[in-house]
Amino acid sequence: MSQKSSDNGASLSQNGTSAYKFTKEQLAEIEVLKTKYPEVQAVTLPVLWMAQDTFGHVDPEVQRLVAQTLDLPESHVHGVAEFYTQYFKEPKGKHVLDVCTCLSCHLCGGMDILGYLENKLGIKAGETTPDGQFTLQEAECLGACGYAPMMQITNDVYVNHLTPEKVDRVLDQLASGQTPDFESIPMPLVSTTSNNKAAGGSDE
Amino acid sequence: MSDWRTYEPVLIPNIAGLNRLETYRKHGGYDALHAVLHDQNTWPDPASVVQEVKEANIRGRGGAGFNAGLKWSFMPPADGRPRYLACNGDESEPGTFKDRKIFEYNPFLFIEGATIAAYAMSITTIYVYIRGEYRSWIHKMEKAVSDAYDAGLLGQNILGSDFSVDLVLHSGAGAYICGEETSLLESLEGKRGYPRVKPPFPSQRGLWGRPTTINNIETLSNVPGVIRNGADWFKSIGVDSHPGPILYGISGHVNRPGVYELPSGMPVMTLIEEVAQGMRNGKKLKAIIPGGSSTPILPAKDLEDLTMDADALRGAGSMMGTAGMVVMDEDTDIVETLWRISKFYHHESCGQCTPCREGTGWLEKILEKVVTGQGTTRDLDLLLDITSQMEGRTICALADAAAWPVRYTISRFRDEFEARCKPSLIPVG
Repeated sequence: MSQKSSDNGASLSQNGTSAYKFTKEQLAEIEVLKTKYPEVQAVTLPVLWMAQDTFGHVDPEVQRLVAQTLDLPESHVHGVAEFYTQYFKEPKGKHVLDVCTCLSCHLCGGMDILGYLENKLGIKAGETTPDGQFTLQEAECLGACGYAPMMQITNDVYVNHLTPEKVDRVLDQLASGQTPDFESIPMPLVSTTSNNKAAGGSDE
Repeated sequence: MSDWRTYEPVLIPNIAGLNRLETYRKHGGYDALHAVLHDQNTWPDPASVVQEVKEANIRGRGGAGFNAGLKWSFMPPADGRPRYLACNGDESEPGTFKDRKIFEYNPFLFIEGATIAAYAMSITTIYVYIRGEYRSWIHKMEKAVSDAYDAGLLGQNILGSDFSVDLVLHSGAGAYICGEETSLLESLEGKRGYPRVKPPFPSQRGLWGRPTTINNIETLSNVPGVIRNGADWFKSIGVDSHPGPILYGISGHVNRPGVYELPSGMPVMTLIEEVAQGMRNGKKLKAIIPGGSSTPILPAKDLEDLTMDADALRGAGSMMGTAGMVVMDEDTDIVETLWRISKFYHHESCGQCTPCREGTGWLEKILEKVVTGQGTTRDLDLLLDITSQMEGRTICALADAAAWPVRYTISRFRDEFEARCKPSLIPVG
């Protein structure tokens, strides 16, 4: 276990109960989740997601809440949270920018986009802006290889075909409280018997 | 292959609004499930469904290329206790971005395929594992699953039959290893995604110790077509040894990257020059990685007359993988590209087996040394030696997936690596 984790552990609340709480509605939702699996442990990932969506992170104090809610050992929840990269083990900026620099994005300028964001935000990958607005991260393949370079916003929407101009627009949007729309990218058609330019229909 | 231009897609046909249940059903959707449940003459029992799918030879589209129906037949006889189907939508191999197209454009095709599979194997619950990063697509699937339940296509007494099955969506949380089938099971059980030792195989002891089959999303999406049109129809598409439609994901330095549905066995050069409309900026082709980052790189000179199917690619010294083809032009720095691939596998190694945990780190570090001009020619041999210490020595195939790119990229582009290296102080060989 890393030094960092034990430091966090030292800041856990003294009386053994988590400083965070799920709402009544969330507890009811967790009960429904449990019915979908034969063992309680299986809801560890979904409940960690629920916690992160609610509190913005799953630091050790939130992990304790999850463990106590599910009556599982804290060590189990901690081990799971540590294993998966999408769980934030410490608070992050309001918007987390995951810039893909893996194979196809690396070939198509992903590093340039990361560098542009580093300059623009004045931070390095892995850091958060002093105003707490943006955390910049370098991500492994996000499965948008044909639409490189791209980034994901706070574990949610993908923004594809990035250029510096598009990055500027997205940052402005986020700063003004908007979220970029989901970009539906149709499959290009190859058949010469069809008049349409793209397959896949529309997402209505 | 002369008919690709007139090929009409069947996995993701060009029909607007196919992601809506009524549109899907209007175009023959759920006819296959209905037939399986009610047409006693054609489908007397679940075993007849398994037999037809086995006959079709749908080779697993997640990368392993194993006959899906044959895999189904490994399930032990039903004993009234729970049995599971785990659908692999983890889709994390760099270069692969196809299954999300099914989630987005034809979700019911996959759900119908999974439901037929469940019937064929007497499955009690279907779990669909989707990588956590695909949150937007998970939301689309939630809507589709909910609509299928409302229409009596999932849950109790499906389509008025005595067959019942539940379908549960399960989000990952960022771990490439969870695409490995036993790691996926661990993750579904709420644990760290450590692959399991095989045997026992999942068909004997899978989720919660019960018989489980794991299939890729695209694989299952081929099932309704096989049931509706027969195994012979399926085998008439593409090449004999690896039949059926393929979702080719083309990325990298081409004019029109994207996912294309075409028959198996497409000529590589046709995919690049005609389907993806050629190289970007008129550059020359240097190499491709044919089916995701773990499949060995092929230089341009080996691509003439090469087709995209398991046998042809094996003959050429690579693999079909996920059919996620990464295209590289003449300006590509092969050494740096390999370093980036190795960095990925180091990041994604789960750390359970020493040869992988340590080996992937060494590969990345030594390649970083070579990329920055600090390497010597002996480092290249050290890299090759490490790969031989990794391959086949671990619980799962991640170590192999990390080792192959290093082994084959160095052997096929050795001059470019040597040009980056300082001469060894001790003469080699």
